[in-house]
Amino acid sequence: MAAVKPRVKVPKSASAGEVITIKTLISHPMESGQRKDNDGNAIPRQIINKFTCEFNGQMVFSCDIDPAVSANPYLEFTAKVNEAGSFKFTWVDDDGSVYTDEKEIALK
Amino acid sequence: MKKHYLVVAASIALAGAVSATAFAGGPVDEELVIDGEIQMTTRTAAPEGHPLDEVISGWHYRTKETRALEADTFENPAMLGVEDGEQIWNTVEGTEGKSCASCHGDASESMAGVGAHFPKWDADSGRPINIELQINKCREERMGAEPYAFDKGGQKPLTAYIKHQSLGEPVSLDLAEGDMQSWWDKGKELYYTRFGQLNLSCSNCHEDHNGEYIRADHLSQGQVNGFPTYRLKQAALVSVHNRFRGCIRDTRAEYPAAFSDELMALEVYVTWRGTGLSVETPAVRQ
Repeated sequence: MAAVKPRVKVPKSASAGEVITIKTLISHPMESGQRKDNDGNAIPRQIINKFTCEFNGQMVFSCDIDPAVSANPYLEFTAKVNEAGSFKFTWVDDDGSVYTDEKEIALK
Repeated sequence: MKKHYLVVAASIALAGAVSATAFAGGPVDEELVIDGEIQMTTRTAAPEGHPLDEVISGWHYRTKETRALEADTFENPAMLGVEDGEQIWNTVEGTEGKSCASCHGDASESMAGVGAHFPKWDADSGRPINIELQINKCREERMGAEPYAFDKGGQKPLTAYIKHQSLGEPVSLDLAEGDMQSWWDKGKELYYTRFGQLNLSCSNCHEDHNGEYIRADHLSQGQVNGFPTYRLKQAALVSVHNRFRGCIRDTRAEYPAAFSDELMALEVYVTWRGTGLSVETPAVRQ
């Protein structure tokens, strides 16, 4: 399994008031907790259970994620940009790890 | 009464014709540009001696959604495999304490364009080798590591990573090298040989009927310029020999082993059939 690695695609710049599309992907096995290994023991659940996106400290998008979501969850959403600033992305893992990424956006 | 039957028959024939047009899936007339930057050659004039006038990438035969996945490397699910390949490239393995990078350095320079010209003639073994076998050769001879078994370990991601460095490069083979021409001949013979209980050759589907449906599946020319390719059906990277075997299995024949003389000859010939197409690795298909 590859290491857990977040990836984000945000346009480098936008005009004030423009609605931009943000694409995010994190490589993660999303082990559902429903599977058993070859010896019949349950494989413990380990998934990304929460994702948030903030723009200059203000929440833009957030969601809870459940075990039915498949490996390497991909989330795409839109956001309206009124000022230059930075998007902060956060993924929360069942094991308590928090993965983050940040992207700057400038005004055209 | 007789007249009435005729009318019914005619309208059935007409309905058949209409639905055939609505669903007939010739190649779409669009261009593939990766990330809005890399212009891909997905249709080109066939090389001399080719039975078709134009070689067309399988990309043209897929649905709009599948085509879009390949056009954006962020959305292309196989790029995760390519990233795994990059890790393997830089990982030291074997008794010599070397990684691929120890000898070849930065793959974006050393491997640029390399993948577009495989299979190549290998003088040591006296047969053509593809990227998978070249990796195994390096692992055994330079790294002192175990060769990868077919489709196992890092074989698919590493192959995809190496071939991805040639993204957009036109495929071409040097048939003058060693004995490549006779392997090409052998591959051609196989391509036109009918196999299995269904008595089908590669050409029956991919040459005679590309653009048409075989049950619910949409036949392309069977080009291999995008391998290892991401098949949505398997939700994983699929190697070219795996696909060859899958096709032969579907004719209800016994299929040859991966990297056997038969499949290597077929790979040489089928790769040549896609001469001039851009390397699309990792392509996304149905």
